[in-house]
Amino acid sequence: MRLLPFIASAIVTIGLVTVLNTQLSIGTTKSPRLGYFLSPQHGFWKNAENINTNFDASIVASELKGNVDVYLDDRLVPHIYADHDEDAYFVQGYLHAKYRLWQMDFQTRVASGRLSEIAGADKLSIDRFFRRLGMVYGAEQNEANINANNPEMKATVDAYTSGVNAYLKQLAPEDLPFEYKLMNYAPEMWTPKKTYLFLMFMSYDLTGHSAAADLQLTNTKDFLGYDLFNKLYTNNQDSLDPIIPKGTVYQKPSILPIKPANADSTYLMHTASVAFNVQEPPVAPNINNGSNNWAVSGSKTKSGRPILCSDPHLGLNLPSLWYEVQITTPTHSTYGASFPGSPAVIIGFNDSLAWGVTNAGRDVLDYYELKFKDSSENEYWFNGAWKSVTKRKEIIKVKDSADVVEDIPMTHWGPVMYDAHYQNPQSKGRNLAVKWTATNSSTGVETFYRLNRAKNYDDYVKAISLWSCPGQNFVMATVSGDIAIKQQGAFVARWEHQGDFIMPGTDSSYDWQGIIPNEENPTIKNPVRGFVSSANQKATDASYPYYLGTASSFPLYRGISVNKHLTRMNQITPEDMQALQTNNDNVFAATARPALMKYLQVDKLNTDAKRMVTEMTNWDLNNGVHSKGITVFKIIWDSVEMAVWGDELAGSAIPLTKPDAFVLVDQLLKDSNWSIADDIRTKDKVENFKDQITLGVENATKKLLELEKENKLEWSLFKATRVAHLTKIPALSRLDLPIGGGVNIINATTENHGPSWRMVVHMTDEIEAYGLYPGGQSGNPGSAYYDTFIDYWAAGKYYRLLFLNKEKLKQHERTKWHIQFKTA
Amino acid sequence: MKEQNGIFNLRPLKKTSILKMQSMKIIISILLTALLAYAVGIYGNLPWWSFVLTNLLVAMVIPQKSIHSFLIGFIAIGLLWTLLAIGIDQGNNHLLSIKVANILPLKGSYVSLIVLTGFIGALVGGLASLTGSFVRKK
Repeated sequence: MRLLPFIASAIVTIGLVTVLNTQLSIGTTKSPRLGYFLSPQHGFWKNAENINTNFDASIVASELKGNVDVYLDDRLVPHIYADHDEDAYFVQGYLHAKYRLWQMDFQTRVASGRLSEIAGADKLSIDRFFRRLGMVYGAEQNEANINANNPEMKATVDAYTSGVNAYLKQLAPEDLPFEYKLMNYAPEMWTPKKTYLFLMFMSYDLTGHSAAADLQLTNTKDFLGYDLFNKLYTNNQDSLDPIIPKGTVYQKPSILPIKPANADSTYLMHTASVAFNVQEPPVAPNINNGSNNWAVSGSKTKSGRPILCSDPHLGLNLPSLWYEVQITTPTHSTYGASFPGSPAVIIGFNDSLAWGVTNAGRDVLDYYELKFKDSSENEYWFNGAWKSVTKRKEIIKVKDSADVVEDIPMTHWGPVMYDAHYQNPQSKGRNLAVKWTATNSSTGVETFYRLNRAKNYDDYVKAISLWSCPGQNFVMATVSGDIAIKQQGAFVARWEHQGDFIMPGTDSSYDWQGIIPNEENPTIKNPVRGFVSSANQKATDASYPYYLGTASSFPLYRGISVNKHLTRMNQITPEDMQALQTNNDNVFAATARPALMKYLQVDKLNTDAKRMVTEMTNWDLNNGVHSKGITVFKIIWDSVEMAVWGDELAGSAIPLTKPDAFVLVDQLLKDSNWSIADDIRTKDKVENFKDQITLGVENATKKLLELEKENKLEWSLFKATRVAHLTKIPALSRLDLPIGGGVNIINATTENHGPSWRMVVHMTDEIEAYGLYPGGQSGNPGSAYYDTFIDYWAAGKYYRLLFLNKEKLKQHERTKWHIQFKTA
Repeated sequence: MKEQNGIFNLRPLKKTSILKMQSMKIIISILLTALLAYAVGIYGNLPWWSFVLTNLLVAMVIPQKSIHSFLIGFIAIGLLWTLLAIGIDQGNNHLLSIKVANILPLKGSYVSLIVLTGFIGALVGGLASLTGSFVRKK
């Protein structure tokens, strides 16, 4: 042996292998372990799925009660045929894991504040936010409730869990999903708690808006003073077209919430001495989280049968939040979009009934300000005495670093979200507890489980009566001809403005005085006008006896647009409904543009500005892909808003809420000499709307000329819609999609947000359904099925959904593969 | 050729046949190295660098000049990884390789990614075989 060369060579080899086996820091990110990552038998190459993959398989699972057949169609949608319900959910779990494992694991990690564990201290702020909000606490409450009181749901979630785990157990290391290899970690076994964590995340996504908004509104009110605040943030929406038609008569409320005697002085008019500095939630729910849904009755359709449509507007991600599936057992046969992470179909239809959801937008999360006895935070002042807290320990593991422990005081109201340990320097001393319906033991997915099996209106009412959070507008249509909509959830019976701002938490007078009984939630069945609809607008007009919340929680114009079209339409076909779901009419601009033009002094403008105004006035009020008029209108409108209330909001060191667009439009139309128009910074001059709008157009022109130079005036180029991978890595995302739409548009597609699942269901004897989501059935970036539907979705096209019994489906030309599950 | 004491060199040969034998030996080494590397790669539970040990073994059992050993390991693993990557990439229509070549700073070039894959494998493979070649050298 030549010792020295051997040693030298061995050291170099070991050194190289070690380097290639280590994650190297590149800026703020870390590289994969390059040797492992590139190894064709271990690393990413194993995820490069052959485009002609045969997905046939035979799987033996001792957990099954009977055999299950799964047929995959040409879009990789599984059609599950099982003899037992629990077997169907086992297989659903297995397939979710097979095609979406990383995403399920990642999303529940985010929800449970465990991102730092894989990504390092960088993500600690996200983890702390979710821990302190009570996400884990809520999931535990919900799980405990179901385990104790609901054996059927427990069995369902358990079967789903063992399905996920059956896949995980047979998963070879080289077949780990791509993202694990890239980021160098491994999946964990699934647990029922992870399903509840996922559902908590959806609750957060759809009701967590208040977690930021309540603080911001409080700051805005404190900054402006209550009187000015009330002018700019009015709750009167003159042009509201509510979900329940105007003029509907409501029964007397069973709860009459009483406003505390001192509310005006200590709550509404009170200005906090220190402004609470908003720590913008690291994963703030998108302000546009909303949706459209509607159903038209047979009286308005060509076939004489109802048609139901639903398109939830959520963040657009790859892998998609949704996964299509058909589940057929002796008890029911259902098709639709499911959540990887949860059993059952969430938005879909069965052979008798179809349903869809939109977000209710009601405020179900409030902050209460506490006074602690001392810095130990062991006792707080409540109803005239010191009351003890219990402490909840949340241990956050951090990659390459020491654990971080959150010692969260649990109070009468809920967890203390902000205190001396978690807040901004400027808000020292302010302790805020959070009270949120999501953490109050819900019934999990039972509503959807029952809707999957619902045969008629009564079944629907029973199913949704179990729903508590996030509040939704449930629309339904049946083959037998009924249509209905109901806003359902656990909604707080509030006195006006209760919970819009941070409330005093030192006594129970500001506490919730009750949850509105289900029977009093807004609902309508088979209305004379022949349709029901919702688009996140306020559910009712002012005659509804309960306070619905701040107007800023309820987008106004999409609802107007939907109802305008549905009122006009007759002899409706599914194709007409597809056209409506992808409609780009801008009803906001239809009102706002003439309002602007009324005041605009065109002769005072320079040539470029005149040209831009012409572009805007010639625009067809349609947010089409190639439209330049919408871009010009948007920039001008934003600039006018800035001119009108930029001065009032200026000078605040902390972010304030911008008033809603409808406030300005309504004022412009009323032609009043609105005092707000004056720029309060110019002492020697009183500006009016004419001045401000002309100024706005001039300012906008500068920005528009820049865009023109960059060739970005076309709407889709300006808007640049993308469907981003959950890690935000551009290479795994689809960028710059050619799609129109936008805020206030039925086709509510913005930069990274929009119709996340479009569904049209014609309630004929054999259901005729169409749908798609912007993604693909496989979560693997190396699969041909990763982003299959995106181009079709952007183009506004639909797939005919295959919803057939086993014999017909087996022989269908679009059926490609067969996965057999055999009980051992 | 003074140290021909391996199993393939039992008697003196003519110069041409020695050369022939020599290249045969090299080819066999390459094939054996690649084959064993592939075999241990099948078991995903074993680390990706398991071929370091099999390379070492082959270089010990079939002794070569050190420089030859290095080239054998380099070519065997380089070829193995390159061919496997090309095969997978063809079947995948470059779907994933282009994405990865954008994540790594390779400007989206799947060719570069395949070359990089082959080179990383080759380098480790060469060094492993070189190390092995020193074990039996005096």
